[in-house]
Amino acid sequence: MSKTYFTSEHEWIKVDGDIGTIGVTDHAQSALGDVVFVELPAVGKAVSKGGEAAVVESVKAASDVYSPVSGSVTEANQAIIDQPALVNESPEDGAWFFKVKLSNTAELDGLMDRAAYDAFVASL
Amino acid sequence: MSQEEILRTPLNALHRELGGKMVPFAGYDMPVQYPAGVLAEHVHTRTKAGLFDVSHMGQVRLSGQGVEAALEKLVPGDIQVLAPGKVRYTMFTNEQGGILDDLMVSQTGKDLFMVVNAACKEQDIAHLRAGLGAGIKVDVLTDRALLALQGPEAAKVMARLCPAAAEMGFMTWAPQTVGGFDCFVTRSGYTGEDGYEISVHEKDSVALAKKLLAEPEVAPIGLGARDSLRLEAGLCLYGSDIDTTTSPIEAGLNWTISKRRRTEGGFAGAATVQKHLAEGAPRLRVGIKPVDKAPARAHTEIQDAQGRKIGEITSGGFGPTLGGPLAMGYVEAAFAAPGTEVQLLVRGTPRPAHVVAMPFVAHRYAISGRTAP
Repeated sequence: MSKTYFTSEHEWIKVDGDIGTIGVTDHAQSALGDVVFVELPAVGKAVSKGGEAAVVESVKAASDVYSPVSGSVTEANQAIIDQPALVNESPEDGAWFFKVKLSNTAELDGLMDRAAYDAFVASL
Repeated sequence: MSQEEILRTPLNALHRELGGKMVPFAGYDMPVQYPAGVLAEHVHTRTKAGLFDVSHMGQVRLSGQGVEAALEKLVPGDIQVLAPGKVRYTMFTNEQGGILDDLMVSQTGKDLFMVVNAACKEQDIAHLRAGLGAGIKVDVLTDRALLALQGPEAAKVMARLCPAAAEMGFMTWAPQTVGGFDCFVTRSGYTGEDGYEISVHEKDSVALAKKLLAEPEVAPIGLGARDSLRLEAGLCLYGSDIDTTTSPIEAGLNWTISKRRRTEGGFAGAATVQKHLAEGAPRLRVGIKPVDKAPARAHTEIQDAQGRKIGEITSGGFGPTLGGPLAMGYVEAAFAAPGTEVQLLVRGTPRPAHVVAMPFVAHRYAISGRTAP
């Protein structure tokens, strides 16, 4: 069974075994505005927890997407490269950014669950 | 003005009522976008008519005997030749030939009416008071709002609220009654589209904005789309594309300086401007079109094919009408010809791009006044 965690940088990670699927939250896409460009890490690339892993750009500005966990990239979502507006339409579902094979599942312990993240966003 | 003090235009409550996402800009609390979002607002302005609150900009009246000649000491534009009702785009220059601010000035027939940038207005007013001389009066019109109505259907909308405005030519000024309110209207703007800038007393500004917004073609547009619209139109943003280190010639604003002013000089920094005109400027502002889809933002390094730095992007992003990334910046003069291949260093990776002619999206000004069909 999968479980989803959230970061204070507004990424989500859905973990299934040792594979994590990572994207940005609905709050993040709303704050960004219309997404016009996405840059994703290459398959095989090593990412580290809290490190810059992808870039998402709106008309206004470019923002970094940080990896919530360390590991190596197993897949990148070509659909959002072809159609960046998907990030606005289904940020927490079809518009995932990349998948990572986790190197240390203990890193998940410091992340928020849905309730904690919703409370965090409400406090902003 | 202190950094902490946030100013509000007379339309602030209306922006909030319309769902504007408010951000600090040039010391003011301004809407960066409304619920429609930057893309939709941009497209709306290019296809219908967009209403912008630009009340944060400074409105100044200059009067007195010889005010035109006095102003020419501070700007390279030809002010003395301006017939009543005509508008000029020009800039305040410094002694080095750099640009202190860019501005619009209208000859009303009895005085000059000027609009300057919000972020520069305090400094501009001090500069005017110090530089124009004793006989010239500088009145800052702090009780006026400024609305911009821009887009291919702007004239159609204005024809309903102010029939005379539809007859105005591009870059003209006239006192008009718009929707029953006394206004100063210019046919001008900052989007590349036909349109108007409407100066109205603050007490009437919300009612006028609501009247304009009630027209079916009109939607409110925030600063986000204002920026992408002007970038596609190849228009400079002060503080980004022009500043105290760029001469008007480096910025490609030669067209704003008449033959008489080039020959006679007589404005701050004239020696630099004349030198750049005679010998060519060492660097030039150009349009840049990335080959792939990655936008290149301000301060991105521009390189030649061998990876040597030849300049820097000053404004860059995504053009909704263009459907892709676009930028402008300065390059060494040898690389300024349209078609020149360059590289942009985006997040450490050199990406191919071309120098291109601007505007990116053709201007559609109403050269001779007319009502849109």
